[in-house]
Amino acid sequence: MSDASLNNPVLGNAAAEPYDSNFSDYFALLKPRVMVLVVFTALIGLIAAPGAIHPMIGFCAILFIAVGGGASGALNMWWDADIDAVMKRTRNRPVPSGRITGQEALGFGITLTGFSVVMLALATNLVAAGLLAFTIFFYIVIYTMWLKRWTPQNIVIGGAAGAFPPMIGWAAATGTISIESLMMFSLTFMWTPPHFWALALFTQQDYDNAEVPMLTVTHGRRSTRIHILVYTLLLAALAIALAFTSVGGPIYLVGALLLNAQFVRGAIGIWRRDEEASQADRFLTERKFFKASLLYLFAHFGLIGVEALLAPFGLGGW
Amino acid sequence: MSLSRQHEMHNRRFSRNLGLGIVLAAFVALVFGLTMVKVKTDDFTVPLSQEVN
Repeated sequence: MSDASLNNPVLGNAAAEPYDSNFSDYFALLKPRVMVLVVFTALIGLIAAPGAIHPMIGFCAILFIAVGGGASGALNMWWDADIDAVMKRTRNRPVPSGRITGQEALGFGITLTGFSVVMLALATNLVAAGLLAFTIFFYIVIYTMWLKRWTPQNIVIGGAAGAFPPMIGWAAATGTISIESLMMFSLTFMWTPPHFWALALFTQQDYDNAEVPMLTVTHGRRSTRIHILVYTLLLAALAIALAFTSVGGPIYLVGALLLNAQFVRGAIGIWRRDEEASQADRFLTERKFFKASLLYLFAHFGLIGVEALLAPFGLGGW
Repeated sequence: MSLSRQHEMHNRRFSRNLGLGIVLAAFVALVFGLTMVKVKTDDFTVPLSQEVN
């Protein structure tokens, strides 16, 4: 943007306030909070994989996976600017608030996509780079452009995009896909629906206003509560089964049993509640379940990491 | 609108340029480090077409 643009009100909501974006606006496009999850799960996939990888190559792999995740965030903000502008939770994002134009977000996202995929291929291997490219394609084209505005199953299928990082980390270290990496993928995949449905329950009108067909909007809140319970039970079975693969072990098993007992208890609590009770305490149980779901995923991957780090000392794994 | 040297826009622009400069410098260092690691690994071989006779 040139100085002349100070008098050229083309910045959407910020038309009255001319704006030249700063570095942090571009950083915000990368969805840094989501990136934390991407980095962490990719790192665990990388260190849980058999064999050794040079720390520098491992660092580069995680960095380029993170950049690829950030590119997805920027492209998502470009496409979903209209939805983000309506929802309270997202209306201050750089594009709807006018700090960055949609075209800038698009260019930024495309550039980072090409950069991250090519650099990951050069640093590690084509399998990891191919998985990263597919993840970005899946998140933007399949989820953001297609499923999100079309079906209440948007979160279920779209959750796959967020589940790929541990598989990419594993592939960066081994050049392969295995049952262990597929199960780590499945863990995040099955975790995503109850996590977002709990959020949808207490953000109430947001998705409705934005005309996003979330389960709460299309099938009602009672049905959403049932779905949360069913998916949580399936998730618990999967999380415990992961203990018996080569990335699991006794420490993971004990942790998973405790975490899943607590998580299933939370899901039952949501299932038993009616709207009146939820409104009365401002969705306390739903909010607690949502917060617990964040800890749940980090703890499971953390336990896998502990098993992997203890393995060289003869303590991790079975 | 008057445009003074101290306009807030300049601060934002400086922040963006400084950030980009740091990122580019870090990228150069990263590629250098990665290259050094790659050429020092056991499985690195010079392509036949580039070998000096």
